[in-house]
Amino acid sequence: MNAPYMAPADTPVRQVTITIDGEEVSVPEGSTILTACNEAGKDTPTLCYGDTLTPKNACRVCMVELKGSRVLVPSCSRKVQPGMEVMTDTERVRHSRRLVLELLGSSVDLSTTPRIPEWMERYNADPDRYGERAGESLRRDVHDPGEHHAGNGSIAATMAQPDKIDNDLYVREYDKCILCYKCVDACGPQWQNSFAIQIAGRGFDAQISTEFAVELPDSACVFCGNCVEVCPTGALSFKTEYDMRAAGTWDESQQTTTTTVCTYCGVGCNLELHVQDNKIVKVTSPHDHSVSHGNLCIKGRFGYAHVQSREKDGSS
Amino acid sequence: MTVFGAGGGTSSYREIEDADLIIFWGSNAREAHPIFFHHALKAIHKGAKVYSVDPRRSKTSEWANAWLGLDVGTDVALAYGVGREIIHAGLVNKDFVANATIGFEEYVAACEPWTLEVTSRETGVPAELIRALAHDYAKAERAQLCWTLGITEHHNGTDNVRALCNLALLTGQVGRWGAGLVPVRGQNNVQGGGDMGAIPANLPGFHDVGNPEHRAKFERMWGVTLPSKYGLTLSEMMEAMDEGHLTNVYIVGENPVQSDADSSAVTRRLENLDHLVVQDIFLTKTAALADVVLPATAMWCESEGTFTNSERRIQLVRKALEPPGDAKDDIEIIRLIAERLGHAWPIQTAEQVWDELRALSPAHHGMSYRLLKERGGLQWPFPDEDGPESPFLHARLWEKDPEKRGRPAPFGIVEHKLPVDKLNDEFPLRLTTGRRLTDYNTGVQTAGFNSPIRFGGCVDLSPEDLARLGIDEGEVVRVTSRRGSVLAPARRDPGLRPGLLFMACNFPDEVDVNSLTIEANDPIAKTAEFKATAVKVEKITKGQTKEKRVADTTDHGGRDGELATADQEG
Repeated sequence: MNAPYMAPADTPVRQVTITIDGEEVSVPEGSTILTACNEAGKDTPTLCYGDTLTPKNACRVCMVELKGSRVLVPSCSRKVQPGMEVMTDTERVRHSRRLVLELLGSSVDLSTTPRIPEWMERYNADPDRYGERAGESLRRDVHDPGEHHAGNGSIAATMAQPDKIDNDLYVREYDKCILCYKCVDACGPQWQNSFAIQIAGRGFDAQISTEFAVELPDSACVFCGNCVEVCPTGALSFKTEYDMRAAGTWDESQQTTTTTVCTYCGVGCNLELHVQDNKIVKVTSPHDHSVSHGNLCIKGRFGYAHVQSREKDGSS
Repeated sequence: MTVFGAGGGTSSYREIEDADLIIFWGSNAREAHPIFFHHALKAIHKGAKVYSVDPRRSKTSEWANAWLGLDVGTDVALAYGVGREIIHAGLVNKDFVANATIGFEEYVAACEPWTLEVTSRETGVPAELIRALAHDYAKAERAQLCWTLGITEHHNGTDNVRALCNLALLTGQVGRWGAGLVPVRGQNNVQGGGDMGAIPANLPGFHDVGNPEHRAKFERMWGVTLPSKYGLTLSEMMEAMDEGHLTNVYIVGENPVQSDADSSAVTRRLENLDHLVVQDIFLTKTAALADVVLPATAMWCESEGTFTNSERRIQLVRKALEPPGDAKDDIEIIRLIAERLGHAWPIQTAEQVWDELRALSPAHHGMSYRLLKERGGLQWPFPDEDGPESPFLHARLWEKDPEKRGRPAPFGIVEHKLPVDKLNDEFPLRLTTGRRLTDYNTGVQTAGFNSPIRFGGCVDLSPEDLARLGIDEGEVVRVTSRRGSVLAPARRDPGLRPGLLFMACNFPDEVDVNSLTIEANDPIAKTAEFKATAVKVEKITKGQTKEKRVADTTDHGGRDGELATADQEG
């Protein structure tokens, strides 16, 4: 039918050897220290790191000590170089990770962020030491520039604010947002190119916003859910999950995940169907698949309801 | 594709990321194939140039360096104009043409009348844009020419495809990494349906029903004698129903009452049958006409099997849900019917059925379920389990050795023919149809979720036409063609040129677009001319607004993929 495939000339991949906590590990040239840590079995906490995104270096929880470097380096973005000596559990590293977790924990609701209790314990983090948390603010996304006033230190300033529920597909709980930029990058030039959201405000007043903080249906959002796919804290969640959590029925231990192919157009995106009680409760996409790289469109992400709305008589 | 001898997109999605020129011709991929467009966006960010050839300035056009807004149905003329410019500018890839093609002299002669001026006049595209596209396409190192239903849903859809293939042959933009012809399929398994023999002339695995040697393979495997006659295409079946010699029909997973052109004619034909069986996941409008309805499982999440995508990648489909009520797997339904007909077929899993296909189709022979699972799908041809994959096709055309190069690819001499449904004083406007981002086909599946960006059934008009006709946005107007008439709210779309209207096909229960469209079929692929209908638009007088916008039938309609129309997509 056709001649054998001639692969484009791949550049030969060299292995680079570094030491991590005194042990040698080899990874392909161009890998990050994080990859090497994973290779060496070092469990490294990450929040803003995304396997389908360019490192943003925003959260600073994956910092490691690098011999010869004045400051700690973010393992998720620093590329390996031959002979690097990396330390992942020194007092400096532990102190840095503890402080990051405490600052986030004092100001952000991390209750739906995976593995947080484990990390808090590992690094002896005590978010409560910043005092009582400030209450919900109704004005986080409506204040004018320069309006922010520093507190007196008696209470911990927080991101607390009402949940944004303005459509039937996904919900924004910005009190859970750590400003990791992953949703902005996924919506912007790295994947979706819809540019519906950006960081608005500066300093502690910064938050993810649509243009002029309009509701999602009035923004440039096309409801692909590719931001929800990458959100590390549950600040963005599917309405199904949000509602089930509110009702107390969300139970991941009762869920199965099945990879299949989207029923819509001929592109062939892979879907991971999360099923609880024989109902699809969430749709994600495998990040390592060559067709969709974790991305979907509105139909693939949300267009499953028809299969579970059928009655016994076949009507809908 | 008769040009190259195998029907399938020649490139992989990954390749478009490395292209330096991308042409979307009759394809609004940004909305209709959003994740395919992600791959194109990678190239765009690396500096690739993009042309959009589309009567509408679509969402895809917004990403293009240039938009060629041609008049509906002038694709062949435009392609000739581009071809002639490439020839006259001395930009033909002479070596490729000499080694790998035949029919070049005839093609040159056919191009000759299509000067930039003539082409511009016929298509409505400015001459300098035609020239720019021609020069950029010919000079690009790696050019991707992508199309969708804007090319195929015409009375001469096959000619349109051949006209585009000619351009690739002229410039050698095929058979190399990054250079290819890419028909992006409208439905999840159009490619697979065709590959598996859901085309009247084919047996599974690209075998020809009319070829005794091909038939013999299947006869040996199945222990039967197979008929040597080609089957009927969907539109031939429609004709056969009209002529009264097709009296019993078994429809699997299709909703022709709503998806096919000239829907009232389709309904009449199905009502006149002696016996109609419909197998579907919903009681569709088509199923409502059936004598027997066989409830099936949703193939993408309630049963096992494979789909083949637009880059020829076979991927595993898996069961995630238990089906409702008495719904049965398609394989099981067919087995039970065979049993009632007196044939005791074995109970087979999807994998066993697949292995049978592998035994018969060399192109799929190497694709075990194990490998499909491990690799996230495989692209055909993949004859050998240890063999390499085939990201792109037709590399043979570049071989130095004529023996290895094989059959040369023929230029197609096609004729420019305007749409069948002619514009005149009574029907002066051109209606074209398509899909919107949040919606799909007859809306059976997509109606299940509440999309915040869905605006439902409406008729899009240019700002100029709205002003000329004195219509306000949102005002309900009457759209009438030679076959039918519907009421729909008007929507302003600045991407439309004066005289051009657009309606989405996704809301037949609100606005039955296909009561307007014409059943003028392509003589080869038999695809109906959904893209070109002559209409008039009228303001309605008081009292008329209460008139129903759709026919009386209720409920939901359709199922995963209208395969029978879909498999003709090109």
